[in-house]
Amino acid sequence: MQWKKSFVAAVSLVVTASLLTACSGGGSKDTAANAPVANEFVIGGNFELSGGQATFGKAAVNGAKMVFDKVNAEGGINGKKIKFVVLDNKSEATESTNVATKLINSEKAVAILGCTTSGDTLGMVQLAMDKKIPVLSTSATNPKVTVDENTKKTNDFIFRACFIDPFQGTVMANFTLNNLKLNTAAVLTDNQAPYSKGLAQFFKESFAKGGGEIVADEGYVTGDQDFKATLTKIRGKNPDVLYVPGYYEEVGKIVKQARELGMTMPIMGGDGWDSPKLTEIAGAAALNNTFFSNHYSSEDTDPLVVDFVKRYKELYGDVPDSMAVLGYDGALIMVDALKRAGEPNAVKIKEALAATKDVQTVTGKISYDEQHNPIKAAAIIEMKDGKQTFKDKVAPK
Amino acid sequence: MEVFIQQLINGLSLGSIYALIALGYTMVYGIIRLINFAHGDVYMVGAYVGFYATTQGWGFLPSLVISMVVCAILGVVIERLAYKPLRGAPKIAVLITAIGVSFFLENGGVLAVGAKIRTFPNVFQEVQYHFFNGSVVITNRQIVIMVVTVLLMLLLQYIVHYTKTGKAMRAVSHDTQAAMLMGINVDNTISATFAIGSSLAAAAGVLVGIYYNAINPYMGIMPGLKAFVAAVVGGIGVIPGAFVGGLSLGVIEALVSGYGQSLYRDAVAFALLIIILIVKPSGLFGSNVREKV
Repeated sequence: MQWKKSFVAAVSLVVTASLLTACSGGGSKDTAANAPVANEFVIGGNFELSGGQATFGKAAVNGAKMVFDKVNAEGGINGKKIKFVVLDNKSEATESTNVATKLINSEKAVAILGCTTSGDTLGMVQLAMDKKIPVLSTSATNPKVTVDENTKKTNDFIFRACFIDPFQGTVMANFTLNNLKLNTAAVLTDNQAPYSKGLAQFFKESFAKGGGEIVADEGYVTGDQDFKATLTKIRGKNPDVLYVPGYYEEVGKIVKQARELGMTMPIMGGDGWDSPKLTEIAGAAALNNTFFSNHYSSEDTDPLVVDFVKRYKELYGDVPDSMAVLGYDGALIMVDALKRAGEPNAVKIKEALAATKDVQTVTGKISYDEQHNPIKAAAIIEMKDGKQTFKDKVAPK
Repeated sequence: MEVFIQQLINGLSLGSIYALIALGYTMVYGIIRLINFAHGDVYMVGAYVGFYATTQGWGFLPSLVISMVVCAILGVVIERLAYKPLRGAPKIAVLITAIGVSFFLENGGVLAVGAKIRTFPNVFQEVQYHFFNGSVVITNRQIVIMVVTVLLMLLLQYIVHYTKTGKAMRAVSHDTQAAMLMGINVDNTISATFAIGSSLAAAAGVLVGIYYNAINPYMGIMPGLKAFVAAVVGGIGVIPGAFVGGLSLGVIEALVSGYGQSLYRDAVAFALLIIILIVKPSGLFGSNVREKV
């Protein structure tokens, strides 16, 4: 009993002591912020290096590194080097919050680049807003990322390098109605991914507005592998096109199983399709007659695109996908803002980001609108024998 | 009618996978009253072994056999290292260990092979058979899955009823103490059960890899749970029960997606578990056994 008491006393002593040090630690951090400015820009990278969207994260990091390495090789910004610290969020929103906390508290990042998916990025929005650290997502296309759903106010510390879901969903609806001249559609949504739900919603709205009819509206969840029952149901409704705005792993299986069931209609989606894994999973033949909206096409003959594709291939041996381009573009936008901010100060960097105007990136000349969304065009890709081919480019109205 | 037949085919091929995994669950439960939560992850390991075998250029059958052998060994190792030291410990301790082993295999898998998705090489060309003017389609892969499942199930029945090991398994399952007194080596019998159960899970893993063409280290979680439901529905500890339970679960899922709402599928599967537990806790094929006091 005596022993137990002294144990409790010892534990409470340790707890109190650690609380006290934690407080004083916080105090000294505050003074550090006013101390002479650090001699480097620490940019945190919050990316999907493992898990379901691992190919997205890795490509984005590859792209971003090209920019930061070049800036450092040329002497940095005002003589200050950029230190790019990348941590793995395992393609999970909760892990993304942890990674952001680590980047801000332990690594002292003044800005964060990432994540690639809307769900993962949403995982750190609140934290970044509270800690006042600017976040630039490379490819989160959901509107909620930069705009608070309830107050409709722009999240002033959050930015992105890509266009948003309403635009992608609308582009594909118009493409179906105007270019393919098809009028009935079935939609198959990943109900666990805000990205997929966003695209589906705006596709359905624009499709109906343009005179088309949605004949089936079905769902699945990330990680599902058998879609034949749902697809059989959709087949019974006989739609002209099937819209599947999901990620490549499930989309690959859906396309494969749909073709196995004898469904020959065009299947369409968004930038979540963009991965070489898509062809591996679905098979090249099954992917014929499929289309998706994307941020760029590596087949585009624009000299900027050609030059980027060449340099990326030399460094990494692969043709860069959209995630790589957006990682590269995100880093370009970030560097432009860092130059104008001049010093590693989170609030100044945020103000510089918000004032982004006419930054030349691979996917276009970017300026931010009031909701921190870049204004630029979308590319439409058609899959032919397992290869992406450039079909069309659709500019914003 | 055609749609119904198509949904039946969809459901039976999915259900075959559940059935193969459920057989292992049910055997292990039958013999040591342990719900082996790591079983779904053994299935994942089986898929990966099959993946490496096929990428080495092995055909379908050799890959299937290699994968089954490797997982049989894995099952025995898991039993010897994780469960045997706890024999006689409270049930809950063993159950928690099983969950631990499950997490160990999943995260160990991520470390060993990476979290990214792997795709199987095309081991046999796909052939489609059309009926009713193409409104009912069945592929040779679906046929292979169903045939392999039925064959393995029959082989298992043969082992359990007509071999020495099988008889020992039934004896141990009936009364461990008495079996021991009759000179049966209980430890070896339990190991044999794990070996057979794990090899069936491995077969399911290879079939899934070939049928759905994408595998990842977390693929065992959901099918593992579903197979557990199937085993309970059929009457846990009863081999034909697990088989029928697996097939019915697959068919029910297909019908729910096909005629109801695709998102209710998993909910219905688990609702079924709850209903069975309330109405007939021993499962469809289970007989009421009074607890020995």
